[in-house]
Amino acid sequence: MKLRLSMRVNGNAVELEIEPHRTLLEVLRNDLGLAGVREGCSTGDCGACTVLVNGKPLVSCLMLAPDAEGASIVTIEGLAKDGKLDPMQEAFVAKGAIQCGFCTPGMILAAKTEDIPEGNLCRCTGYTKIQEAIREERRTTRPQA
Amino acid sequence: MRAFAYEEPRTLAEAGALMARPGRNQLLAGGTDLLVRLKRREWTVDTVINLKRIAGLRGVEARGDHVFVGPLTTLDELAASELVAKRWPILVETVHEMGSPQVRAMSTAGGNLCNASPAADLAPPLLCLDATMKVWGLRGERHVPLREFFLGPGKTALEPGEILTEIRIPPALAKGCFIKFCTRRAMDLAFVSVACAAVGKDVRLALGAVAPTPIRVLPSVEEAMKRCAPIDDVRASAEYRREMVRVLVRRALARVAS
Ligand SMILES: Cc1cc2nc3c(=O)[nH]c(=O)nc-3n(C[C@H](O)[C@H](O)[C@H](O)COP(=O)(O)OP(=O)(O)OC[C@H]3O[C@@H](n4cnc5c(N)ncnc54)[C@H](O)[C@@H]3O)c2cc1C
Ligand code: FES
Ligand code: FES
Repeated sequence: MKLRLSMRVNGNAVELEIEPHRTLLEVLRNDLGLAGVREGCSTGDCGACTVLVNGKPLVSCLMLAPDAEGASIVTIEGLAKDGKLDPMQEAFVAKGAIQCGFCTPGMILAAKTEDIPEGNLCRCTGYTKIQEAIREERRTTRPQA
Repeated sequence: MRAFAYEEPRTLAEAGALMARPGRNQLLAGGTDLLVRLKRREWTVDTVINLKRIAGLRGVEARGDHVFVGPLTTLDELAASELVAKRWPILVETVHEMGSPQVRAMSTAGGNLCNASPAADLAPPLLCLDATMKVWGLRGERHVPLREFFLGPGKTALEPGEILTEIRIPPALAKGCFIKFCTRRAMDLAFVSVACAAVGKDVRLALGAVAPTPIRVLPSVEEAMKRCAPIDDVRASAEYRREMVRVLVRRALARVAS
């Protein structure tokens, strides 16, 4: 039986009908077309599917979609404001912290709250540049910290 | 995952009634164990019953002379609790050894214990702290010491239809350490874990991943060696695990004594 699901996604109210056994990852990616939500391992290990749920980075592959009822979700597509990239996105581009780009959305969203994302894997193993980009963003946007 | 029905009870009584219906059902807390098992098809389920909308099952509070941890408290909430950090830094240390920040923000304390993995990381420190589990069922409530809660891999003292509703920890401060031995630094299950805590002069020791359940043992290397019964698997051989028990228990006892 289908359920009604209402949530906010990247600032917009969204209402849809879903089957309860689907994950938040599947709904964001397949029903809402947010392809920045990546499916890597699908078992919580790689962090590629990281999205912000009520401000916290979570792995969307292990969250049941109906469990997101009433939540506010931010995906990588929701970070840019008025056509301008988020400073963390800018830093990743500037520092060349993106190789194939598969891990990048999850990495950037996890970096919003963590110094160095511990739960995100990069198959291209570009960890040094990723760390540099995150440090650079911290340095420029939070110089006092 | 295969299709299943989904329920969101608002009260324990509603949850109990749902669990009493025929068919296979599973409770959902953080879902980090449940979803992985459903995806791997290790479990099949007709109905998933989400506990998150039941009030009063989440958070850490002091009442009377005990501290109560709601089973739905997430691991990061547990580690961020001042009550916990002040009395039992060992729990904070343990949580930081678990999963990733994303997983810690989803996983619950109750889920970790009810899943009853021999390697569940919260079990050894909570065994040292003499935690008691409060269990609710349609026939009433009861208390089960954590030492009697684990019956085997994936098996607990919970009867069908019962829900863990509170983890009670006696208030005494403890000085302790948790040593988790695994191949990688992050996101790995222990192949041996050791918790050691001194409550006043009383030294307590518990082991994870080296027996069918996490176990509390008398605080000496000899006792730990006698009680552990590790297995061979892809992560380590039984022989190696035994040696690591010897080394890590000696290390943990020394650390707590210093
Ligand atoms: C990537 C990854 C890394 C991990 N790393 C670690 C680690 O380092 N250490 C570790 O110990 N574990 C680890 N785990 C396992 C898991 O995250 C933990 O065991 C977690 O605490 C489970 O909690 P949960 O709320 O997600 O459980 P759920 O999956 O929601 O539930 C687990 C089981 O317990 C039952 N249950 C839950 N709550 C109750 C309740 N109140 N009453 C009765 N039954 C209940 C459910 O029915 C289910 O059978 C990891 C998991 C993943 C995916
Ligand atoms: S796809 Fe979710 S953590 Fe890997
Ligand atoms: S850039 Fe390729 S996986 Fe990280």
